[in-house]
Amino acid sequence: MSVNVSDQGIDAIIKNPDYCDLVFDATSALSHRHHAQILRELDKVVIDLTPANVGHFCISAVNLDECLNYKNINMVTCGGQASIPLSYVIGQTQKEIDYIEVVSTIASRSAGPATRLNIDEYIETTERGIELFSKCKKVKAILNLNPAEPCIDMQTTIYALVKNPDLDILKKGINEMVQKIQRYVPGYSLIIPPTYENNRIVISVRVRGLGDYLPSYAGNLDIINCAAITVAEEYAKLMASR
Amino acid sequence: MGKIIINDVTLRDGSHAISHRLTKEHIASYAKAADSAGIHIVDVGHGNGIGASSLQVGLSLLSDYEMLEVARNNLINSKLGVHVIPGFATIKKDLSRAFEIGVDVVRVASHCTEADTTERHISYAREKGKEVYGVLMMSHMASKEVLLEEALKMQSYGAEGIIIMDSAGAYLSNDVKDRISFLVSTLKIPIGFHSHNNLGMAIANSITALESGAKILDGSARGFGAGAGNAQLEVLVAVLEKMRYETNIDLYKVLDAAEIAEEEIIEAIPTIKSISIVSGLSGVFSGFAKHVMRVANEYKVDPRNVFFELGKRKVIAGQEDIIVEVALQLSNKQNREAE
Repeated sequence: MSVNVSDQGIDAIIKNPDYCDLVFDATSALSHRHHAQILRELDKVVIDLTPANVGHFCISAVNLDECLNYKNINMVTCGGQASIPLSYVIGQTQKEIDYIEVVSTIASRSAGPATRLNIDEYIETTERGIELFSKCKKVKAILNLNPAEPCIDMQTTIYALVKNPDLDILKKGINEMVQKIQRYVPGYSLIIPPTYENNRIVISVRVRGLGDYLPSYAGNLDIINCAAITVAEEYAKLMASR
Repeated sequence: MGKIIINDVTLRDGSHAISHRLTKEHIASYAKAADSAGIHIVDVGHGNGIGASSLQVGLSLLSDYEMLEVARNNLINSKLGVHVIPGFATIKKDLSRAFEIGVDVVRVASHCTEADTTERHISYAREKGKEVYGVLMMSHMASKEVLLEEALKMQSYGAEGIIIMDSAGAYLSNDVKDRISFLVSTLKIPIGFHSHNNLGMAIANSITALESGAKILDGSARGFGAGAGNAQLEVLVAVLEKMRYETNIDLYKVLDAAEIAEEEIIEAIPTIKSISIVSGLSGVFSGFAKHVMRVANEYKVDPRNVFFELGKRKVIAGQEDIIVEVALQLSNKQNREAE
């Protein structure tokens, strides 16, 4: 297929900058901070899949178009890709939001060494994303790794403290958003529709992977990969049209 | 017989039992009493540790900062400890602030198979000169070989001891003996044990752990803790005294501290309620009890069925959101069957 491959990581691009048009960085937050500078000097477009918190935050279902104006696009985190679109809907449909919290649980086997080492960056970057897209000032993110066998699917729950909640308009907005995400992540499904319970709004989604290259329990990897691919595809279309 | 370290979790695990509503007065008076009894380490904070105040587990009445500050001001000889779970707490937001207040002991915890999430938190706390332990929670969900592998990781990150938690109160004596003696024979650092009383085994299991070579034991006044509660601290101290273990804890004063906890803090003395027996049998985190009761009542389903379903799904501490999903599922099933 004449696709260039190398085991040299970033060095392959330094040695031969024409190696590729666009770089997906799936290393780690600490490594990306180093790579970002090199790729900027080489004037490369980079889609960062680590929680490095360097590039422009991209949630494909919400702000894909504006992201194409940036050279470093950050895909936030897997939990962010699952929860931020819904937090955005909460922000768009509710007036007085005091607090938003998102909890993601992923299968242990789907969390590699970088995720584990960068668990603090995962939390900080996810929280920043929720704040940015929902406009809610007080947010919290939590991550659990569950080792159960057979492996569990990724599950994300969003809680919100909202004064005078409007559940009807929220349900409508959430359903539309879920359908939009399903276009690029078919295994994204609503398992607790917006519910008012114990003085809080609860929404829960499950993310099952396609099971093509990665096992189906790795929905966390699929959702961020699929989101990154949509960005690259739009970028490619844009380049082709110029 | 070597010296035994007692870690008092009254003001931390006890938080679960009162939905994390500890007040400054509670903390001040109990910390003072524990200090004067000669308790070695006093754990303080939200039930799941610093940075865990959340809708998922429960919101704390006070901030971590407020709780730790009051405790710090009332502890002279006892060390001030915190529980830290990476995934809830971060170094920047939570751990570094706890250090500003003057925490002495840091117990960095993970689910029993996920020790590699603790690397940076353990190293950071060691770099800051703290006494640092690695904690493996819900340890009944892993074999002794896996526990050893995870404990070795924590040891390599710099943990100065490993605490094995029976978070669901699921162990019988042989389970404790088997695991603790295996870890003690292989690890260079001391081993601790943290029990829960779901099956009435908390004190007995603590003693088994000791006889298997553990050097650190957790307990709480009147057993004040999640679900059926913990090893009852004042009983533990009395039993240790009778067995001639060295703790240097003043028995009368630890009995007094327990009275203070009962009169001023504890709303209901932990007993082994029917639901806690089911929690222990199903191997589900003791801290889920209050949430399961509330949600089961709301969705009109049997809380025991909720626990067994949670056990089947192998949920871990921190997955409280699954309770609502399971209750919703059971309620839908019930409605379908009724039609």
